[in-house]
Amino acid sequence: MRHDHIISAKQLSRADIEAVLDRAAEAAADPEAFADRHENALLGLCFFEPSTRTKMSFTAAAKRLGGDVVDMGPVGSSSVKKGESLADTVRVVEGYADALVLRHPSEGSAQMASEFVDVPLINAGDGAGQHPTQTLLDLYTIRESAGFDDLTIGIMGDLKYGRTVHSLAHALTNFDADQHFVSPESLKLPRSVRYDLHEEGASIREHTELDPVLSELDVLYVTRIQAERFPDESEYRAIAGEYQIDTETLEAARDDLTVMHPLPRVDEIAHEIDDTDYAHYFQQAHNGVPVRMALLDLVLGGDR
Amino acid sequence: MSDRELRVSKIRDGTVIDHITAGQALNVLAILGIDADSGDAVSVGMRVPSDRLGSKDIVKVEGRELSQDEVDVLSLIAPAATINIVQEFDVVKKHRVERPEEVVGVLSCPNRHCITTEDEPVESRFDVLDDGIRCTYCDTIVRDAIAEQIDVA
Repeated sequence: MRHDHIISAKQLSRADIEAVLDRAAEAAADPEAFADRHENALLGLCFFEPSTRTKMSFTAAAKRLGGDVVDMGPVGSSSVKKGESLADTVRVVEGYADALVLRHPSEGSAQMASEFVDVPLINAGDGAGQHPTQTLLDLYTIRESAGFDDLTIGIMGDLKYGRTVHSLAHALTNFDADQHFVSPESLKLPRSVRYDLHEEGASIREHTELDPVLSELDVLYVTRIQAERFPDESEYRAIAGEYQIDTETLEAARDDLTVMHPLPRVDEIAHEIDDTDYAHYFQQAHNGVPVRMALLDLVLGGDR
Repeated sequence: MSDRELRVSKIRDGTVIDHITAGQALNVLAILGIDADSGDAVSVGMRVPSDRLGSKDIVKVEGRELSQDEVDVLSLIAPAATINIVQEFDVVKKHRVERPEEVVGVLSCPNRHCITTEDEPVESRFDVLDDGIRCTYCDTIVRDAIAEQIDVA
């Protein structure tokens, strides 16, 4: 892999993606073979926002490679509380770790931080911007369940602020994929993502309802519509109800539909779907460990 | 000398920015950081007749040359502008503005969640698109009202 920093899905070519996914498949198949691959390597975790899955799976990945993590801990008990800049924080932690993982509420934070450090920096989510490592595990899940050939994918929910959506949409332009975006008008894809998809010549269509496209889909990627985005709670309730799925909704879907969700979910996927063959979201979350093992292996020099 | 040219008096040494898109003169002053307190001797013509543009604005600044950053941003709001360098009342150099590939440190990002709007040691940076500009950090695209993003602080 040529990239030292992993900032945006836009920087990932098909070859890059396949290199990570292939190595992730190796790690998943034979974790023991990776167990001492990066003995003594330290991963610096800089999470300026709460995170469960991303943080824990990076920690698990580092430990399963034989390494460990140093964690700056909650923002409230760090030097950030004293007014330290992000640029200073990453320059300090760079001295403690072999690679950095950054989650930050501001868009462009990972790009900026990467300009201040020499060790590899991995963007673990920058505001409503990008979340490229989530995309790699999403792609791993899609490749396992539906493949990348003639893929028709529906992406539904908060497309405006959903960083996982932005990264996934960019990454899918590398593949033969028709993308259907389903959202309320107020939460459509941002102009910048639409611009990139247009520039890439991607096949995309936008909808306000799922019904017209559901039966065509190989994959339905559901995201949470966030109540805090709406000034009026009743407006949120009216809209959110339109983007929830249950077994009745999926009666019109193909039997082999793969339902995904980056989690956490609230009520957009009914629990009754969990035990059906549609549900892939927990496996998707589990895939975070081998995918992040592969990614760390590559950025820490596993291909040299 | 025609009446048209007499609308704005000649300067001895400095820069004449001509063929500014009509209505953009005050934004040009903002790009140059010129206000009532800056002490620069400035002449401004607004919506004067122009053979090429129909009507145009013109700004003359005494004793001042423009930096490349200033010219780059100028090109975004006044793509037809010409820069005339004046010495001893004569134009000694004249050139049109060219759209740059990027502009650094002169415009602020309108996305209030962009890292460049926070107290970090980083300058704003925008890629110039065919029909707008795009923040290099947060990807926000600005097509209209670019002049409103001029960082005059």
